[in-house]
Amino acid sequence: MMRERFIETTTALLDEDPRTALVLADISAAPFEPAARQHPERVVNVGIREQLMIGTAGGLALTGLRPIAHSYATFLVDRAYEQVKLDLDHQGSGAVLVSVGASYDGSQMGRTHFSPGDVALLDTLSNWTVHVPGHPDEVEAMLRAAAPHDERVYIRLSTQQNSRAYENLAIPRRGDRGLVLAVGPMLAPVLAATEGLDVTVGYVNTPRPLDEGWLRSVAQPSVVLVEPYLAGTSTATIAHALRDLPHRVLALGVGREDLHRYGTPADHARWHGLDPAGLRATIGSFIW
Amino acid sequence: MPTVTMTDEARLTGLLRRVTGDEKHGPSAHSTLDVLWVLYDRVLDVAPERVDDPERDRFLLSKGHGPAAYYAVLAAQGFIPEQWLDGMGDAHSPLGHHPDRLLVPGVEIGSGSLGHGLGLGVGVALGLRAQGITRPRTYVLLGDAELDEGSNHEAVAFAGATRLAGLTAIVVDNQSATHGWPGGIASRFTVNGWTAETVDGRDRDTIERALRGHTGERPHAVVAVTERKGN
Repeated sequence: MMRERFIETTTALLDEDPRTALVLADISAAPFEPAARQHPERVVNVGIREQLMIGTAGGLALTGLRPIAHSYATFLVDRAYEQVKLDLDHQGSGAVLVSVGASYDGSQMGRTHFSPGDVALLDTLSNWTVHVPGHPDEVEAMLRAAAPHDERVYIRLSTQQNSRAYENLAIPRRGDRGLVLAVGPMLAPVLAATEGLDVTVGYVNTPRPLDEGWLRSVAQPSVVLVEPYLAGTSTATIAHALRDLPHRVLALGVGREDLHRYGTPADHARWHGLDPAGLRATIGSFIW
Repeated sequence: MPTVTMTDEARLTGLLRRVTGDEKHGPSAHSTLDVLWVLYDRVLDVAPERVDDPERDRFLLSKGHGPAAYYAVLAAQGFIPEQWLDGMGDAHSPLGHHPDRLLVPGVEIGSGSLGHGLGLGVGVALGLRAQGITRPRTYVLLGDAELDEGSNHEAVAFAGATRLAGLTAIVVDNQSATHGWPGGIASRFTVNGWTAETVDGRDRDTIERALRGHTGERPHAVVAVTERKGN
């Protein structure tokens, strides 16, 4: 599980690098207890106070530490958006924000615990690297890459995952009638949906910054974008990368509507057309 | 420990008028002026040549609006050239109506949207302590109306509960909060485990004594009461 890998890796980073600090707002405080006992000055649980969590991260960064802040995406990004904007970006500071919950992992908890808009919110700010791992084995490398510097990094963990880890920008399938970009855990349903279709499937676990050179090298006139958050979040990014190439884009992802439903993550994937059958129908009618 | 020399009152008044272009109102129009002057002239261990020194005291102006007094004090103490005071807010001026730490030497945080400084101050105080930098204090200046923002109360509760002793909050109370603070501002801090003192925000000796009144065991708050806003 990605969350467990995050906890293991962050606990190790706290041991290895005296610059690493962790700020929590109760979420995941229990599994971080050993780390907190070991490093009481660098593991801070502020209680259920997400504005303070990000403010504290911003202050820690001002003193030269490397803060990692963690909660559900909807509390970490949506709720504390102005703190992210002002206490990090505006101060010229960075942090590593690591979320759980994604768009509907907590399906039985309902809309209050969903954040389909987190990446779109970060897109309103500057210089965020956004990682959307598709497998636990991708998480550790992302955290270890983020720890030594001071830039702004968001890592969006999910309980949805692919059957195995892939490198960012991997090409698990090659074909000639279109390019299907699968972001993070969307790869598994995309591979199932495009079975037998003559398309290239490209895997992206770092959608910001999107590697434009790579995209141009694999682009085809028909591009399908499948993201595990709000549909169309990366449309402008792709339009910019392909601005001088004739192309058409179908952007698939989570819908804007509050469905007011519980159920399983698989149910939500189906309701948003992101299950293999839904993707197959939409992609099949777009690619000709 | 002051690391700068006293600058005379007339010079500070002149610098203030240079920022505001306001000949009519005197220094008393600026509620933060005396607190800022006491901080920079008598209390803060910081100097223009030490703005990046890890061992410096940190002063975070959370109440970023109305920064004329702040800029005048920074100029008087040599952090910024006096010429910068002309044309605040102009296209080429580093001084805006809310300060930006990336533009102004000695400014620890960019502020303006209310309720951000105390949370940042909690992080700064924790970060210094975690690195064994125990001598400097972190001072955050807020306004009484700014306390309306709930984010402050997240910080007040947490800093008190965890005895974040390196932190001092200064609330300049010009009674501008729309619904007031029945029971007093200091009680919001003391009930959460801070030490707190309420003083005349125009009496520099008293302000200094209150700022030095922290115990070293708890976060400390100084409520500096000035004339009601608009009077």
